[in-house]
Amino acid sequence: MRHLLSIGDLTKAEIEAILDRAESFAEVGRRDIKKVPTLRGRTVVTLFYESSTRTSSSFELAAKRLSADLVSVKAAGSSVDKGESLKDTVATLSAYDPAAIVLRHPYAGAAQLVAEWADAAVVNAGDGKHEHPSQALLDVYTLRRRLGSLEGKRIWIVGDVLHSRVARSNLIAFRQMGAELTVCGPPALIPRGLEQLGCAVEHSLERLGEAEVIYALRLQHERMSESFVPSLREYAAHFQIDGRRLGRRQLLMHPGPVNRGVELSGEVIDSPQSLIAEQVASGLVVRMAILYELLASRDSEPAPAAGNGRHPTPIGQPA
Amino acid sequence: MSETRLQMRAGESANVILRDATVLDPVAGIDAPHDVVVRDGRIAELAAPGAASADGLEEIDAAGLHAFPAFFDPHVHLRVPGQEHKEDIETGSRSAAAGGYCGVLAMANTDPPVSTPADVEALLADARASASVRTGFLATVTAGMPGEGLTEMAALRDAGAAGFSDDGLPLRSARVLRRALQYQRLCGGTIALHEEDPELSGAGVMHEGPVSAALGLEGVPSISESTTIARDAAIAGYEGGRIHVQHLSAAESVEAVRAAKAAGVQITCEASPHHLCLTDEAVRSLDPRRHKMNPPLRSEADRQALIAGLLDGTIDCVATDHAPHAAEEKEVPFEQAAMGVTGLETAFAALHTHLVLPGTIELGLLVEKLSAGAEPFGVERPSLAVGSEANIALCDLAAAWTVGEDGYESRSSNSWCAGEQLTGRVQMTLVGGQIAYRLRSFSMGVAA
Repeated sequence: MRHLLSIGDLTKAEIEAILDRAESFAEVGRRDIKKVPTLRGRTVVTLFYESSTRTSSSFELAAKRLSADLVSVKAAGSSVDKGESLKDTVATLSAYDPAAIVLRHPYAGAAQLVAEWADAAVVNAGDGKHEHPSQALLDVYTLRRRLGSLEGKRIWIVGDVLHSRVARSNLIAFRQMGAELTVCGPPALIPRGLEQLGCAVEHSLERLGEAEVIYALRLQHERMSESFVPSLREYAAHFQIDGRRLGRRQLLMHPGPVNRGVELSGEVIDSPQSLIAEQVASGLVVRMAILYELLASRDSEPAPAAGNGRHPTPIGQPA
Repeated sequence: MSETRLQMRAGESANVILRDATVLDPVAGIDAPHDVVVRDGRIAELAAPGAASADGLEEIDAAGLHAFPAFFDPHVHLRVPGQEHKEDIETGSRSAAAGGYCGVLAMANTDPPVSTPADVEALLADARASASVRTGFLATVTAGMPGEGLTEMAALRDAGAAGFSDDGLPLRSARVLRRALQYQRLCGGTIALHEEDPELSGAGVMHEGPVSAALGLEGVPSISESTTIARDAAIAGYEGGRIHVQHLSAAESVEAVRAAKAAGVQITCEASPHHLCLTDEAVRSLDPRRHKMNPPLRSEADRQALIAGLLDGTIDCVATDHAPHAAEEKEVPFEQAAMGVTGLETAFAALHTHLVLPGTIELGLLVEKLSAGAEPFGVERPSLAVGSEANIALCDLAAAWTVGEDGYESRSSNSWCAGEQLTGRVQMTLVGGQIAYRLRSFSMGVAA
């Protein structure tokens, strides 16, 4: 694995290898000294063009637990504010010879571009509404711990799929692991043609009872002004997962941050069925495993040529 | 094709024989090997191969090559004034000549837009100084292109405007289009329309469908284009005006134009090579340099509908919508990148490779559609009939080449088929008898 750009680049076996590695880091996390020397002397850059709590903090802590030197750049307050292009920013940071660049960007394909420009391994920590592969990995990890296997499990993804990179990556990852997917939300928030990605589409929670796992998505407030849904109240009435709708044996997940009282009621967030806190804890060990796979595992040693066979056409020269 | 609304650099007319060229001009009914004799800017004679006397003429060995009427592109962006870092009249017209074109019409969405008679006069003067092919200029429909307030259309026509268009943006207001069509009765000038409903397009950057769903990119639905065409065709029919619909992309749009034509509306339309060759599947590359443009690449069903439109005559001509952009405007994530791709240098080769070689359309139809773009704007179409002005594209149908390998004549390199291997290449272009372009490797030696 040369980069982590899209979860679709990974085979089931590759996903499982990362999750197994994460298990071993979970064991490290139970020790008094939670640090391993694996990436000593190597530099990890996190470059975040969007606000983030979970993803940025867990990648930063993951790098530190692996003993890497960390450079953490947030777009706000950096030369990005002065109009520097992504390409120039990446060239600047590349002068430090980083082993990895972890990128969060508001637009699709940004991580792929950086992978073309930089020598470092690139981790897509969210690109626009496109993908968020490390989230998908930590969600599969969390579910695997609870269920053993996702094979044949019925998972419902509920909410604003249109604007969700988490939904896109998780659809791919859950399917790759053998789960059966249903996507549910108001028609305006389900992208046209989504069923061709291999999931069922529902516009009502009537049959939610068949789900073994319910994965709720965040509904952003600005969607109201854009007329995707008429009001939060109307949305909650039809699509909120609350104590009445959540079965006792169903598991509940959410990528955070939650809008309490909108997509989830307060009671279910704190219910025993909720895996939300576990997801956050999984984030750290899975991101340690991602950095390890990219920078320290044996098959990551021989650089470019050996990658995953998916080398995008370089921009700026004839393909 | 020597209208004063089209200008080019004055130069010496070549007196040449294209010896033993396969001459194909479906409109003139010519399809046979000939010696093409060009004298004083005109096609003086089509003689049997080897029969023309070389007396005082330069000979070009054209055996194995095809001579077509040179092409005419009614939709290019030359970026003058204001965006000369992308293209200018010299580089853009050279790019056209390299693609086998003898004439182009430049769009008016420059910076500032072409909205006054002085703008048009200055551009025509520039073309007289620097253009390799006959170059005409459309003026905007609305003054400064805000979509409101007509330009002085009659004065613009007097200054030499080849037509009118707010291309780049749609005419949002049905009332404004209606007034412009009423005014057209006074001054003439076809109104070319970029058809799109901004309310439906929103912030879309690609075709709305399964691929946009997978990529998380906002989609532009096909109905954004087709509903606006239907509206504008109805207005044109009501006013008896003449409109030309630009860059058709969707099946519904072809149907809308077909219905309007059947109803007797004076409507013509064009399709672009990239819409005829690619689909939204290409956007999975997330490469905006090659695959981001407006209207967007659509589905395979849409592409097939465009081809059907070419075949049944609903689509009148091929137009490249040649839209050069600087590298830094394209080396950014897809959603942030500028819309548009270049196409003049590759139009013939790409369509020959993608549509003619597999047998989808015939060579004659391609040649006809590539030179038909003059007529919607009242310009005489290039012809190879004896006595016509010598506008000739000499092509090697077997030549395989890789797009961009030798760079581009255009100042920009955002070709939609960059890196692709194409079969068929323009070797030489004659415009009004002048040699406007010759491929470097193409010998001008005396025929053996």
